[in-house]
Amino acid sequence: MKPAPFAYHDPRTVDETLALLATHGDDAKVLAGGQSLVPMLALRLARPSVVIDVNRVAGLDGVRQNGTALSVGALVRQRALERWAAERVPLLTAALRHVGHAAIRTRGTVAGSIVHADPASELPALLMCLDGAVVARSRRGARTLAAAEFFQGPMTTALAADELVTETRWTLPPAHAGWGFHEMARRHGDFALVGVAAVIALQRGAVAEARVAVFGAAATPVRARDAERALVGRAATEAAIAEAAGLAVAGVETVADIHAPASYRASVARTLTARALTDAVARAKDAA
Amino acid sequence: MTSRTIRLSVNGTTHTVTVEPRRTLADVLREDLSLTGTHVGCEHGVCGACTVLWDGAPVRSCLLFAIQLDGAALTTVEGLADGEQLHPIQEAFWATHGLQCGFCTPGILLTAKALLDENPSPDEAEIREAIGGNLCRCTGYHFIVEAIATAARKRTSS
Repeated sequence: MKPAPFAYHDPRTVDETLALLATHGDDAKVLAGGQSLVPMLALRLARPSVVIDVNRVAGLDGVRQNGTALSVGALVRQRALERWAAERVPLLTAALRHVGHAAIRTRGTVAGSIVHADPASELPALLMCLDGAVVARSRRGARTLAAAEFFQGPMTTALAADELVTETRWTLPPAHAGWGFHEMARRHGDFALVGVAAVIALQRGAVAEARVAVFGAAATPVRARDAERALVGRAATEAAIAEAAGLAVAGVETVADIHAPASYRASVARTLTARALTDAVARAKDAA
Repeated sequence: MTSRTIRLSVNGTTHTVTVEPRRTLADVLREDLSLTGTHVGCEHGVCGACTVLWDGAPVRSCLLFAIQLDGAALTTVEGLADGEQLHPIQEAFWATHGLQCGFCTPGILLTAKALLDENPSPDEAEIREAIGGNLCRCTGYHFIVEAIATAARKRTSS
């Protein structure tokens, strides 16, 4: 199918964009990479009367790292971050390789995937795992929304109709931390049935820091806080990991759909959490 | 809705076209420029048949509005061969029976070109990952993988 007609604007500055959003708000959609929006337009699941193309807006394409603080501009392509992170944040690169396919990542933006908020997509979960936040601007001002408050449901975020995401912020794991990423999908590049991202830092053999995020299992990506608490301060044994994997699933209201029943998702989530934690511990030991 | 006139460089030739905002790049290539080698399958980014190269990187031409591409340089399947001389990747597909009906072939050729430009010696897993976004309903993929591996070997040995 073809998209329905729309009025097209391609502003050159953030201020121009915010003015357009203030005027058109609810009737407008922001077009960045378009890898989620254009399919929705083509299938007419979305039918905005105004499309605001931000691809020519200046100043939104920077990646800046300052210690463990990472800022990713709203127009940074997934492929660009995949390459940037390869040596610096291998967890991000591992996850990004599962986002669609190379042709999708060439154009798709990091922020766009996060704003789209598909519960089965990788980047929202990574933002949760890496204690991230979204910076949103409107003519009313700017605000920073933590990932946990940003994601509200499937394809639903706390972003207001007149707001533009200008950057995402991430808290990188310490250099000596290990990471794990596992995803199960029918084919490479498909949306995940379930996936898990984990970070572990060790100190004198015990877990000093643990971060676990599960996606595809529930209405939003979830941070497995109980599992993290159970690990911190203990030796990262097989038994401790198994217990944490159980806790990671215990609090999650898993969803059922045509691809898998809820019980299957819970079972896969437990298994993948154990694998991701095992990998993270092994990498943390290598780094020590 | 207000149309705009844009300039597009396709396979080294510059075209000037007037487009309505909702018109996809795939439709402009096929219908306005008569470059029908770019195939349109699903029209929502899933099948990969419409893949073209933009500054050498693979993109789905059904997920871009032509109006966004003013000044862009593209390569389509028509830009691969040099006159009657097939591109080495096309040659390898011909030699190993890497196609049957040919519908998915243009998108796969360009995806393979982007892969080999970046990674001249991919292993089988890397080839399969690279073409994971291109649906083929005839071949079962084995000969396609073989074709890309053959093209890679020929390229690195020459």
